[in-house]
Amino acid sequence: MNAPLIGARVARKEDYRFLTGAGQYTDDVNLPHQTYAAFVRSPHAHAKLKRIQTSKAKQHPGVLAIFTGEDMQVGSLPCGWLITDVHGQPMKEPPHPPLAQGKVRHVGDQVAVVIAETLSAARDAAELVEVEYEVLPAVIDMAKATAAGAPAIHDAAPDNTCYVWALGDQSACDEAFKKAAHVTRLNLVNNRLIPNAIEPRAVNGSYSRGDDSYTLYVSSQNPHVERLLMTAFVLGLPEHKVRVVAPDVGGGFGSKIYLYAEDVVVTWASKQIGGRPVKWTGDRSESFLSDAHGRDHITQAELALDKDGKFLALRVHTTANMGAYLSTFASCIPTILYATLLAGQYATPAIYCEVKAVFTNTAPVDAYRGAGRPEAAYVVERIVETAARELKIDPAELRRRNFVRNFPYQTPVALTYDTGDFQATLDGAIQLSDVAGFAQRRKASEAAGKLRGLGYAAYIEACGLAPSNIAGALGARAGLFEAGEVRVHPTGSVTVFTGSHSHGQGHETTFAQVVADRLGMPIENVDIVHGDTSKVVFGMGTYGSRSLSVGGTAIVKALDKIIAKGKKIAAHLMEAAEADIDYDSGVFKVSGTDKQKTFGEVAFAAYVPHNYPLDKLEPGLNENAFYDPTNFTYPSGTYICEVEVDPDTGTVRVDRFTAVDDFGKIVNPMIVEGQVHGGVTQGIGQALLEGCHYDTETGQLITGSFMDYAMPRAEDVPSYALATRETPCTHNPLGVKGCGEAGAIGAPAALMNAITDALSIYGIQDLPMPASPQTVWKAIRAAQQKAA
Amino acid sequence: MTINVSMQVNGKAASVNVEERTLLVTVLREELRLTGTHVGCDTAQCGACTVHMNGKAVKSCSMLAMQAEGAQILTIEGVAHADGSLHPMQAAFKEHHGLQCGFCTPGMVMNAIDLVQGRPNITEEEIRHGLEGNLCRCTGYHNIVKSIAAGAKAMASAK
Ligand code: FES
Ligand code: FES
Repeated sequence: MNAPLIGARVARKEDYRFLTGAGQYTDDVNLPHQTYAAFVRSPHAHAKLKRIQTSKAKQHPGVLAIFTGEDMQVGSLPCGWLITDVHGQPMKEPPHPPLAQGKVRHVGDQVAVVIAETLSAARDAAELVEVEYEVLPAVIDMAKATAAGAPAIHDAAPDNTCYVWALGDQSACDEAFKKAAHVTRLNLVNNRLIPNAIEPRAVNGSYSRGDDSYTLYVSSQNPHVERLLMTAFVLGLPEHKVRVVAPDVGGGFGSKIYLYAEDVVVTWASKQIGGRPVKWTGDRSESFLSDAHGRDHITQAELALDKDGKFLALRVHTTANMGAYLSTFASCIPTILYATLLAGQYATPAIYCEVKAVFTNTAPVDAYRGAGRPEAAYVVERIVETAARELKIDPAELRRRNFVRNFPYQTPVALTYDTGDFQATLDGAIQLSDVAGFAQRRKASEAAGKLRGLGYAAYIEACGLAPSNIAGALGARAGLFEAGEVRVHPTGSVTVFTGSHSHGQGHETTFAQVVADRLGMPIENVDIVHGDTSKVVFGMGTYGSRSLSVGGTAIVKALDKIIAKGKKIAAHLMEAAEADIDYDSGVFKVSGTDKQKTFGEVAFAAYVPHNYPLDKLEPGLNENAFYDPTNFTYPSGTYICEVEVDPDTGTVRVDRFTAVDDFGKIVNPMIVEGQVHGGVTQGIGQALLEGCHYDTETGQLITGSFMDYAMPRAEDVPSYALATRETPCTHNPLGVKGCGEAGAIGAPAALMNAITDALSIYGIQDLPMPASPQTVWKAIRAAQQKAA
Repeated sequence: MTINVSMQVNGKAASVNVEERTLLVTVLREELRLTGTHVGCDTAQCGACTVHMNGKAVKSCSMLAMQAEGAQILTIEGVAHADGSLHPMQAAFKEHHGLQCGFCTPGMVMNAIDLVQGRPNITEEEIRHGLEGNLCRCTGYHNIVKSIAAGAKAMASAK
């Protein structure tokens, strides 16, 4: 028996190519006769397009064509999730044309595209396109978007409201508040973020006249979804004539889930210019302007408690910014992926959440790592910690009193948690972070003129999207299963095709571990293929921490079919009854005898079926499976953060960060740790550094480059202390829950709880994110002045 | 105006005719098709484009190709040994999971090799400081820092 592969720290198969410069990202793909696209983008947040003059630009040497919205009459970029509002009406879905039609709605909106022989010619000519705008008043501040007299961004939504939606039992909640011994209230802003995968979006699209087909290389998290949306909804092309390849992708974090205008324009334009490939690679400034942003909520939350500190009810009102257009999954983020998580880890009996989604003249907002769940965890964990402070109960103790302890647990906000052990992750984190030594460390900080604070966050998330029937009932316009195919070669090695997509997660290794473990073969004999619609049968792609729990399970199901068929073949070869065949460690055995056939021998017999039950069994050894989960998975954990604040400068230093997570079974702990490190760093980024700002009058993006938008750098974060506890997921065969987003979900609340703890001596209960030195310093000064 | 630029890239002579305004990174990626050097920004902030010029780490997006006239350029493609086995710093990144999507990785490795030159016992603090010009959105730096510390030791003992 080989050492088990599940749970092993297997070094990654994909690393060699990345470490030697042999990765193939979209911009590395260069096709014969390739041309280059440059976009003309709106410099205004809101304006009518009066006239577009392209004649001068067209004469620029090397220019092949220029297209505007007038030339490109195609469908609208679709939204994949229909939200039904409190009145039973569908959300407002204004059109989202790939090239602006008559009006631009945010700085960076696409007005025209220039196609040229070289990139510099395309860019130079784009500067020569003359656009006459009639500038309109813009709506930037979402708090004012629905005020009377606010300018309407879309005719289809005159009050700039996309929907008002609610979840939970409002009257039960209101009743509970009447009986409360204590009510904690908190107003929170979940700051707007710009995802900034280090590889900018890129696309290379080509049309082939020879067979009337299209090929698209694109930096995407889900090539099949990209193809489906583009063909069926925007361009009206036959799906089988379009191949979408998402090769190596340099990070996604949600921002590469969506069908973007540039992808569609480039594909369409290739045919217009006679079939030459058209390549577009966004520069970073374009990423800032046109990638879908994340978060951006304003929330009022109230928590009702009884005299013993038991939660009675949680009431939440949130306004969520959709930006100028509905991006692919925008509508479900502040609703289905947010309000459903407001129970957190607690047995709060009544919860009510109302969400108003508004349009503004800013870039579209959609899922960013965590997508709705970080916002929910932030609300719950900030208000729980604040309640603990108000009631002078230890925050860990208050959580313990309210934990869900019996599973399955039906929350009042539509989810059923299958399993978890919240006490175990909390206790684990308390121990690992040495909470007992905190008082001592605080003293030491104070002796050095610094303040020290400690904050908890006990998060839960719903991952592994999703049971398709439930998602469908909630408005999803697509299935949310995953597909996998196991192709056994005649000599017994295996290629596995998955609809999941890896853009850093290491599926080529993790999935190979699962396959090699199940088949009992060396991992070298297994290759994973993903990201190409011409190779993989179908796929819903990678987001929502779903790859292993949904995509991995599809592969397991296909493997089980392989083994079942292998048993039939082996039974024939060894002249035994199928029921007597066992499969173990790569060998089919007749139980109770020493007769056996290796996996390789059986595979060979399947492809060279000279001695084979051809009357009963097809030759070959290749199986497909689709898997649709029966529930979400529920990763959970406790994060504890310790910060040191310099009261003279407002600088916050993250001194210690501890994460104890329950991801169910873990296939590769090394990769899981890496996911947590990355997620936590993005969460620290949100809480301390990052924040997207538009000028509230003009709608110019103020934080439009890495000089103005503070990304977490190596010096901004500490090394992390991690551990896991394990309650296996009960409804997938691997017992896995997912780990990709946890860090970004739990970290912001832990950090802000720590900072407000440090500042509690000033009576500061809340601070906006990011807690930049300026913000902290101002809050301290204001508190001091008030006290004086 | 077109100019000629000649340099040694990964030990081989390279000569290209490009517009004067052409950046070094563009020559590497577009003319020489050495696509391991990446472009992650347009403000010299991310370090994805880091290569060595005459043995020193430089950001190839923030210099003109003509500034490299006559120089020795080393890109990520030239770092591994001739037999394909990994340089100790590359091997350390693999062993310590110092990369996820791989996009920042070539720049990280090029910067790391220069950073630890002659510093086998470089501290965590020094490494973090030395990475101020390199962004990674995936790893949270934790494992990059570990990789570089291990790579520094491995490079010293390989000498
Ligand atoms: S591409 Fe050179 S620093 Fe970003
Ligand atoms: S590994 Fe993805 S940006 Fe560093």
